[in-house]
Amino acid sequence: MHVATAERSHGRRRAAALLFLLIGLAGCQLAGAGAVDAASRPTLPAIERQVMCVSCKIPLNVAQSQQADRERAFIQGLIDEGRSESQIKRALVGQYGPAVLGLPATHGFDLAAYLVPLAVVLALLAMLAMLLPRWRRHSPPDGGRSDASPALDPSDAARLDADLARFK
Amino acid sequence: MRLRAVPILAALAGACLVGLLIYGVSAKSASRTLDELVAHHGHPKAPAATHTLPVLGGASATSLSSLRGKVVVLNFWASWCEPCQVEAPLLERAQSTLARHDGTVLGVTYLDASPDSLRFVRRYHLTYPNLRDADGSFAHAYGTDQLPESFLLDRQGNVRALSRGEIDQAFLDRALALAQTS
Repeated sequence: MHVATAERSHGRRRAAALLFLLIGLAGCQLAGAGAVDAASRPTLPAIERQVMCVSCKIPLNVAQSQQADRERAFIQGLIDEGRSESQIKRALVGQYGPAVLGLPATHGFDLAAYLVPLAVVLALLAMLAMLLPRWRRHSPPDGGRSDASPALDPSDAARLDADLARFK
Repeated sequence: MRLRAVPILAALAGACLVGLLIYGVSAKSASRTLDELVAHHGHPKAPAATHTLPVLGGASATSLSSLRGKVVVLNFWASWCEPCQVEAPLLERAQSTLARHDGTVLGVTYLDASPDSLRFVRRYHLTYPNLRDADGSFAHAYGTDQLPESFLLDRQGNVRALSRGEIDQAFLDRALALAQTS
């Protein structure tokens, strides 16, 4: 009888311990998820660095104007609504136009901003491809290094031999 | 021979880059063609008249050409612009007179968030229609880069006068006179 009671009580303790463990694990999981959410949640300074003050045409994080303040308030409102960074940027483009992102357009003259650096890199590569073989051909076959020392005249050679003999 | 061509090619590439830079600066700066034409008593067609813009605070969209036959005071504004706050009551007063003579003020918000623009409309009790130029392309067609700017359009959709900066009563009187006499 006592043995059965003891076993039941032991079983209850084990079940309670298991329950606490599960609750603890679930708590850790939730805390972890919360930490990740907090880490990925956009902040005003982070967004400010990536967008422009559309009227002053400078990055928003350095802009001091009434329009910049309105833009900041708009961003803060979206952050408070729990929007993600990409959603905030989309909303900003919807309100202020693509100029708010400060990125060149992918059409018209702005396309030059993407094509010119590419063309410059290609031109440099072409120039290197043209010049490197030429430089190789012009450089001496031993790579510019030479072990041959200038020949000594016989009197110097005799003096050198005498000096060396003295040190032996 | 090929080696000698390298500095020439580099100089050509540099010249092309400088040319591109000059073209870019001139293409990006605000056009003043309208100003010149109006100053020489020309009546140029209102640019981008068929460009459709969303109605502020609404789901529909419309264009300037839908107002053909009316005298229009086209006003570019934003809620953060202080001179726009000063001229808003003037424009609203002009609207009540213009409306009686088949004319209207047409506001176009530029570089402004709609919630702010709507607050502005409520604050100044504006009754005239307002459209949103979200991407700035409509404003760019008028050479607008500062706010406020206003354009007076006749019933045929021609630009009769313009004001780059805060409008005055003389500008509005001219609009009213045009509406009453045409």
